[in-house]
Amino acid sequence: MASITSKGPAPPEPGAAKEGPMALLNRFFASRWAVIVTGAVTGTLAALLVHAGNPGNMGFCTACFLRDIAGAVGLHRAAVVQYIRPEIIGVVLGAAFAAILFGEFKPRNGSAPVVRFVLGMLGMIGALVFLGCTWRVYLRLGGGDWNAIPGILGLIVGVFVGVQFFKLGYDPGRSRPARAGVGWVMPVLMLAALALLIFEPKLGRNAGGEPAGPIFSSENGPGSQHAAVALALGVGLVIGFLAQRSRFCTIAGVRDFILMRDTHFTVGIVALVLGALVTNLALGQFKPGFTGQPVAHTDTLWNFAGMVLVGLAFTLAGGCPGRQLILAGEGDGDAAVMVLGMLVGAAFAHNFSLASSPAGPGAFGPAAIIVGLVVISLIGLGLRERVA
Amino acid sequence: MADTDPIIVDVRGLSCPQPVIATHQALGARPGGHVQVLVDTGAQRDNVSRLARREGWAVAVEPADDGFRVLLSK
Repeated sequence: MASITSKGPAPPEPGAAKEGPMALLNRFFASRWAVIVTGAVTGTLAALLVHAGNPGNMGFCTACFLRDIAGAVGLHRAAVVQYIRPEIIGVVLGAAFAAILFGEFKPRNGSAPVVRFVLGMLGMIGALVFLGCTWRVYLRLGGGDWNAIPGILGLIVGVFVGVQFFKLGYDPGRSRPARAGVGWVMPVLMLAALALLIFEPKLGRNAGGEPAGPIFSSENGPGSQHAAVALALGVGLVIGFLAQRSRFCTIAGVRDFILMRDTHFTVGIVALVLGALVTNLALGQFKPGFTGQPVAHTDTLWNFAGMVLVGLAFTLAGGCPGRQLILAGEGDGDAAVMVLGMLVGAAFAHNFSLASSPAGPGAFGPAAIIVGLVVISLIGLGLRERVA
Repeated sequence: MADTDPIIVDVRGLSCPQPVIATHQALGARPGGHVQVLVDTGAQRDNVSRLARREGWAVAVEPADDGFRVLLSK
């Protein structure tokens, strides 16, 4: 990479490292043990959230929950999936807290943000065809939902193809340090979402001029199934903190193994599945099978294809949906734009009948996957390093 | 001469997995010597350090104005 490497003066001898308690803590967070702990805690707490009222096998799902938030504010009107999920708010704020505490809150942006917005839309559409993100796919596995298996295979294929685009020179460009406000928008938006959740103001007006939604909150369906706000928020904060420190990422767990046989993040995925599995078994929530699984469908082809699109989109974006939330919490404005793209993608998915239901793919879901794969391939081949 | 001049690999602002790919290519191009990798976040500092150690390089890290300098030597 001619633009990245250059010759320079000889480096000074590095000084002896001082191992105080802070240094030891940082060494833990940089180790694979921190990734394992993050995965295990996430899987366990997610299963506990299901026990406390969340939809089946959906203790945490970045895609589903951003879709629910999109519904709550009226971006779509699918009445069964409208609720401001505190888990999302908690993860972003927990990550922001961890980043600030450890001096890693760095406002930055500039790496093809509008392209990342589109990647977010397409990745979300893929996730809503499968009915889960790259965390929920593993939670579904840990709940005995074997439809997750074609999903995981699709994810691996999508990540593999994404890696090939990088090898062909895909380069969205550098992000650069930015003004503080760039980093604060997403954490502040999350605080605003928390206020909307707690006060649930009716900001719409019906034909008679009386207050009406939004803010919507489902009375039936998955949007009506939620743990208590304080619990969901607290779980999000814990997961956000741990995931920021350990850099937990379920795309990296697949990608780095494909690239370099590196399992540093793969062990986190295993720990997430095991944490969910053990907790589900203990709570009587493990229901193995293909049919009748909660918020899931049995269309193997589109479970597979939906997750191919997810794997591809989030590999090109540099991290899984959960990781995008974490990065946004750290002040990364490009990740924040991707999260907003996911929100808008969820709205389109429900407005244009792209999203699946337990009955199977939506009317135009399969077509959207095909279009999405073509568009992402154009992005992957189009955003390539120019040889200067 | 050319073998002892350190290579500087500037991966600041690049998103995963570009920093690690670039570092891997730079390390693979030479059997030993000094390589400096410029990163802007703790995550990339950790990713690059981990990769370098796996490939048998000694790693030291210095703070820099906008991130870190990861100093690799073999």
